[in-house]
This record gives sequence, C-alpha cells and structure tokens, in this order.
Amino acid sequence: MLNMISYELLLFVLAPILILVFLSLDVLFLTWLERKVIARIQLRYGPNRTGPFGLLQPLADALKLIQKEDIIPKTADKVVFTLAPIISFVAASLPFMFIPFSKFFQISFIENALIFLLATSALSAIGILLAAWGSNSKYPLLGGMRAIVQVLSYEIPLVLAVLSIVLIVGSFKLTDIVEFQEKNTWLILLQPLGFLIFFISGLAEASRVPFDLPESESELVAGFHTEYSGMKFALLLFAEYIHLILISILITIFYLGGWLIPGIYYLENIAITIGNSFNIPSHISISILHFIILIIKAHIIIFLILWITRGTLFRIRVYSLPVFSWKGLVPLSMINLIITAILVVM
Amino acid sequence: MFIFLIISFIFAIISLLLPRIFGHKKEEPEKNVPYECSILPFGDARVRYDVQYYLFALLFVLFDVEIVLLFPWALIFKNFANPIFILIEGIIFIMILLVGLIYAWKRGALTWRA
Repeated sequence: MLNMISYELLLFVLAPILILVFLSLDVLFLTWLERKVIARIQLRYGPNRTGPFGLLQPLADALKLIQKEDIIPKTADKVVFTLAPIISFVAASLPFMFIPFSKFFQISFIENALIFLLATSALSAIGILLAAWGSNSKYPLLGGMRAIVQVLSYEIPLVLAVLSIVLIVGSFKLTDIVEFQEKNTWLILLQPLGFLIFFISGLAEASRVPFDLPESESELVAGFHTEYSGMKFALLLFAEYIHLILISILITIFYLGGWLIPGIYYLENIAITIGNSFNIPSHISISILHFIILIIKAHIIIFLILWITRGTLFRIRVYSLPVFSWKGLVPLSMINLIITAILVVM
Repeated sequence: MFIFLIISFIFAIISLLLPRIFGHKKEEPEKNVPYECSILPFGDARVRYDVQYYLFALLFVLFDVEIVLLFPWALIFKNFANPIFILIEGIIFIMILLVGLIYAWKRGALTWRA
C-alpha cells in the first residue's frame, strides 16, 4: 500500500520535473547534434573546441544566453511579448503528458489521450502568433503569418494519417497502439502511405527544413523571433526543438513500434534481474528500459530528419507551401483513410 | 495533469527570471528600436496581409470540424456489429469532404494568387 502511494506521488510530482529536465538536456544535445551533423555533411568540423567533440558547446551557449540583456523593443506590446515565449514553451511541452514513455509510465493516464495529444500539439501555433504580433515589427509578422498558414494546412493530413491508425487499432490510447504492434506487426508495414504523410506533415508542424518558412533566414532575418534575445529567444528555441522531439517520438510510437525491438523479452528479463539486485520494483526497471529504447529510436528519426531534410533539401516557396498540402497531402490522406477502412473490413 | 501544466509554467518563468540575476542592463536609445535591416522603421508594422491566409484558415476550420466528426467513427469502426454499413457510411462522409475539397479547388481557393 505504501509502495503504491509513493509510486503515485512519484508519478504526479517527480515525473513532470524529470521529463522537463530530460527535455531541456535533450534540446541542448540536439543543438549540438544538428550543428555537428550539418557541419559533417558540408565537410566542416562544427563545434570542436569546448569539451570532447565540442559536446560542451550547448552549455556555453546556454550560459551566454543567460547573461544576455533582456531587450524589449519600445514599440512592442510588452505583455504579449513576454507571454509568447512562456506560452510556446508550455504548449510545446504539454503533449508529453499523454505520451507513454513505457508500458507503465505516462503522466496522465486518460482514455482519450490521442485527442488531447493532437489538441495540445496544435497549441504551439498560438505561441508563434503571439510572438509575431507582440513584436510589432515587420519581419516577425510576416514569419508569424506564414507559420500559422503552415500549421493550419498541415494539421489536416496529420490528423487524417493518425485516424487511419485509430481505424486499425480501434483505440485512442497510445499504449494500445503499441500493444497492437506488439501482437501484430509494426504499423509502418500496414500504413506505408500514412507514414509518409505523417512524416511530411510532422516536418511542417515542427517547421524543419523544407518547411522552415516561418524563420527563413535568407528572406525574413529570423522570422517570428527576430526581436527576441537572451532567455526569451532560448525559450522559443526550446519550444521548437521540443516540437521536433515530440514529432519523432510520435513517429516512433505510431509507426515504428514504440519501445518494441526484436528480442525485447530477453532485454526485459535482464532489466528485471538487474533491477532486483538493486531492490527496484520490476515495473520501474522495465519502464527505464522502455524509455531508453524509445528515446534511442526517436533520436534515430531525428538524425534521419537532420540528414535527409536539413542536409540535402532546399526550402520550398511560400506560394507552394499550403498548396502542396491542400492539393497533395489532403486528398492523398483521405484516399489512404478509405483504403484502410476497406482493408480493415476485409 | 494540471501539475504538469503548473510545473512547466514555473520552469519557463524561472528561466525568464534568470537574466535578472546574471544578466546586465545598459540603456541606449537605438537599442530598443525594432529591427529593420539597420534603417529606422517607418509606418506601422502591422501591415495588411494577403487575404489568401484568411482563405486557408477558413478552409482549415471547415475541414477540421468535419474531421472531428470522423473521430468517433474511427474509434468504433473495428468492433461495430455491422461492418459493411459503417464502412459505406464512412466512405460517403469522406466523399462529401472530397467533393467539398474539389469544389474549393475548382473555384481557385487553393491557388495562391500572388
């Protein structure tokens, strides 16, 4: 009984802090990874002065950002300008409530997790719009408008691709989706088209490179965060990278089997034995194992995103951005939904 | 659930307060001017933007509401007693959506006129 209460307490108070700390460290790591990968693709060295392989570079950057002066432009709407980074950070980290990091570890166990997940992940557009409007400057406004039309356009194929998964699995719980893949096969084999649609619209939602129009450096200086500096800029950057992590974790859970890998049962047994020797309950040691596998898989996806899109692709034009979604991805995802429904009935 | 919300708010606010302690402050008249490629900004920054943005937002609202209606359909689909019935109903609904999309397409709502 006492054990149960302490586990609940852990889940309620410690887990959010742990996840936020993990996200912050992971964002720091990702900034390093992105710079390093892009540098190697472009035959440069990338950060290599601070620490081994330049691994301490993000820490140095963070320290620099903390020491920066907090500049608010005199024409800006001060309340909105200050609120925007906070809201975009909170909105970006909210979906992690509903993500199962393992079979037993999810902050909010609710029946309709998927709906809440989609709803909260779309909230980050509000933060961007607030930042763009509150700056009261021309480049941020243009960037913000582009960001909104991009998020709105690519939301629909994303949701339709997820709906095809719901059709196959028959549940809104993300743990059920992974369990289905445990019993049958990974959903990427059943939904190759859906995977492609989800991947592309996920890239657009996270505004990664072929769709990085909201902050295209060569046209709009820095887009919606042109006026931001110091920690406010850092929070906006955090929100963006957290969105990337979210999309890659979602791809992993929906299509690549979440924490499942071949031979997971042996690994679970090993984890339980190791856990027993330290007097850790078996569900906690399994949770840790699942968490590690999920995160490694998500980072492989992130590496692919950096490699395939950031390293090789170019930015698409703003005129073809929503058109590609409405004329290409939306009809395609509807057809995918119909085909999935027919196949499920058969 | 709300604990996560509160904790992430606290997280964000603390990181915004950090520069108050470690940062420095130096007032200069030109520093707080909005950035505009090193010229002084003229006119209001809140310019009128293209109506096309509004059109796409309107389309999004329409399609999103219709997709919300598809959610319960997708949830009960697998375990429904009469699979052929629910399949045909769903296909009819998605076809209506597609016809709406094709209508918007033909009217030129999806073409960005610069």
